[in-house]
Amino acid sequence: MDWMKIGQAGLLIMFIVVMFPAARHWSKNSPKAEAGDWKAALLPLAGVILFIALLISMVR
Amino acid sequence: MLKDRDYMQRAGGTQALSAQAIQESALATNKVLKNTYLLLSATLLFSALTAGISMALELPRVTYLISVGIAMVAGIFVLPRTANSSAGIGVIFLITGMLGLGLGPLLTMYLELPKGPQIIGTALGGTGTIFLALSAYTLKSQRNFNFMGGFLFAGFMVVLIAALANIFLAMPALSLALSAGIILLMSGFILFDTSRIARGEETNYIMATYGIYLAIFNIFINLLALLGIMGDD
Repeated sequence: MDWMKIGQAGLLIMFIVVMFPAARHWSKNSPKAEAGDWKAALLPLAGVILFIALLISMVR
Repeated sequence: MLKDRDYMQRAGGTQALSAQAIQESALATNKVLKNTYLLLSATLLFSALTAGISMALELPRVTYLISVGIAMVAGIFVLPRTANSSAGIGVIFLITGMLGLGLGPLLTMYLELPKGPQIIGTALGGTGTIFLALSAYTLKSQRNFNFMGGFLFAGFMVVLIAALANIFLAMPALSLALSAGIILLMSGFILFDTSRIARGEETNYIMATYGIYLAIFNIFINLLALLGIMGDD
């Protein structure tokens, strides 16, 4: 097996192990979304999707 | 009457004090925001410089893995311990410099593609536009995006596990989906991090810079991959 792949996998495993406590903390302690919060977050993310589609069409 | 006046004076004094506290808090938040953007600009320029050096020296592709590894170790173990001192500035420049150095061989590889320069230019402009638009949206809307924390971190864990699996599976469709997913997650992190700085919940500008820098770096790398795959006939 390519040792580059083993190196990449090692880095990712280390990152997963280190990130896990932060992920658990935030999933337990995140405040609940209020009315309109998700809409306000999804609106700019939808804009990002459309923008990326535009960028892809530009390089095609 | 005297008591009433005394009470009114005290109430007025308390109001003045709380107004002063709010003003001081707003000033401190603005200072963190200003310092974060200044340090972010400096680190991005430094990364561009080290990427340029790496390209000029024609460093091999393995540089990417080594640089990202060093940056990751420094970011996880050294930066949180030095972020409250001036040494933190040196560490953040070390991390961003290493990430720039690793970017060099990747950019050289993209430049060799038929539409390479166009792809790199588009990814660079696209990343800048996404960052500026999302930051402006968060600062203008003054919304609290803390509720996204659980979703973003859980999503990031899923993406990391899928990326780990794809190292061995090498499925192009999964690579494409992962790149798109990471761009959206990192866009979410820009909303989340900027909102935390603007609301005074993140008071350390070095850690704030690190969070936003990583989001920008990941958006750029994955936009490059997405445009590289999708731009190919």
